[in-house]
Amino acid sequence: MSEAIPEIALRGAGKRFQSGAPILENITLTIDRGDFVTIVGPSGCGKSTLLRLIAGLTPLSTGEIAVNGMTPVNARELMSFIFQDAMLLPWRTVERNVGLGLELEWATRTARKKKVDEMLALVGLSAVSLAYPRQLSGGMKMRVSIARALATRPRIVLMDEPFAALDEMTRDRMNEELLRLQREHGWTVVFVTHSVAEAVFLSSRIVILAPHPGRVHEVVQVELEGYRTEETRASGKFEDEVSRVSRIVRGAHGV
Amino acid sequence: MKRQIITVLNVLVVFAVLVGLWQALVWISGIPGYVLPGPSEVAKAIGARHASLLASLLISTISAAGGLALSIIAGVGIALVFAQWSWLRRMLYPYTILLQTVPIIAITPLIILWMGSGIWPVTVVTFIICLAPIIASTTQGLISVDKNLIDLFLMHKASPAQVLVKLRLPHAMPNMFAGIRISAGIAVIGAITGEWFAGSSRVGQGGLGYSIMYASAQLQTAYLFALVIAATVLGFSFFFLVMLVEWYFLHNWHESKRVAEAE
Repeated sequence: MSEAIPEIALRGAGKRFQSGAPILENITLTIDRGDFVTIVGPSGCGKSTLLRLIAGLTPLSTGEIAVNGMTPVNARELMSFIFQDAMLLPWRTVERNVGLGLELEWATRTARKKKVDEMLALVGLSAVSLAYPRQLSGGMKMRVSIARALATRPRIVLMDEPFAALDEMTRDRMNEELLRLQREHGWTVVFVTHSVAEAVFLSSRIVILAPHPGRVHEVVQVELEGYRTEETRASGKFEDEVSRVSRIVRGAHGV
Repeated sequence: MKRQIITVLNVLVVFAVLVGLWQALVWISGIPGYVLPGPSEVAKAIGARHASLLASLLISTISAAGGLALSIIAGVGIALVFAQWSWLRRMLYPYTILLQTVPIIAITPLIILWMGSGIWPVTVVTFIICLAPIIASTTQGLISVDKNLIDLFLMHKASPAQVLVKLRLPHAMPNMFAGIRISAGIAVIGAITGEWFAGSSRVGQGGLGYSIMYASAQLQTAYLFALVIAATVLGFSFFFLVMLVEWYFLHNWHESKRVAEAE
């Protein structure tokens, strides 16, 4: 059994600016396969940098990060990254945006077409497959972005405040969809947000970062039983969790 | 559709009124035809000399189109090099500005001196005048790609060639067309400037620039007007053609083409 290898392991990981000022210091964290881990913390605490380190998009200054036992750069084909803005290519139709990753990985046209159709059905956008991004709403763009990330069958999905620009109702619905997709595919998700409610709703564990320099303030286990749905938000237990975690986050701010 | 017809009608009415005023001015003032010919005289000149007018137009079109085409190929090529190697860009970019600021009229005699007369030196003059805007705007487009998009490509293990072809080039298209549009407008100016110097030593038919010089010297003012009109039509056609190609490539997705759609 290869259980000994965690999906994502950070040991004393740190990042400094070129000037030498630390952004992140001594981050040690283990994320198991199938985990949904959210990173929260005040702005400027290095949340996005942490995600970029895991993706191998930013080189480490100290410590080490292993993704399925490999360096992040070598493990890239296991991972997909979803950015804050949908980051669609405006000159491509929805279906060609979704197929981008497959195209870059030299998938055949027929394989691409099949996968793209499947993904569009999954995110409910089959009807607009030939539309251009500018014709879509913010929520639809984000769905395209998610479909694109999923098309290459990632095991790990890294999400950098993906729903921050959406209105609350759309965001809630996207959260529910995301959980459904995650459960169906068994991904490991690392999700950055500044919304405690979103973090509580989505994740099994919340990593709270403290700023100056960014470091782990506390890792909180979310005490919500079972699979979360729309009803979860209305429950008293959910609200209790949100206020409990909020208190800890405030502690990290030092307020 | 109805609105477009009205727009076209408006333009035609304004044109007719202006021509009418011009004719009236000539009749009433009695200005001699070699100073200010009326539209009827210009029309007569066009009718009588349409063969040589068209021949001049053709020669200028070849030089202007050739120079513009070469400048697009070279300009985009240089921009690609600049985008790939920033140290080279920092080193050479100032010289492209030099290219833009050097007065073309001053270096044209040099080019004629080195290359002789005929269509080629004129094409080179056009090329030089068209090059800088294309380099500047295409480079700008190629290097202003969102960092996150590049990261997205890297996450999918894209090769540098894929980043260039599937990301940087399409992203640079609006900028590139903006540059080509500017160059298309000045290509005809370049050709005429070149012919001004180069065409004169050639026996027989010259381009519009040469014919303008000749007609001016001979006080064939009506024909001079005809040549000016031909040059303007040529410049406008270039501009319009580029606009058309630009629209074809961008209208589906680019924000600059959105307004037209909303109307």
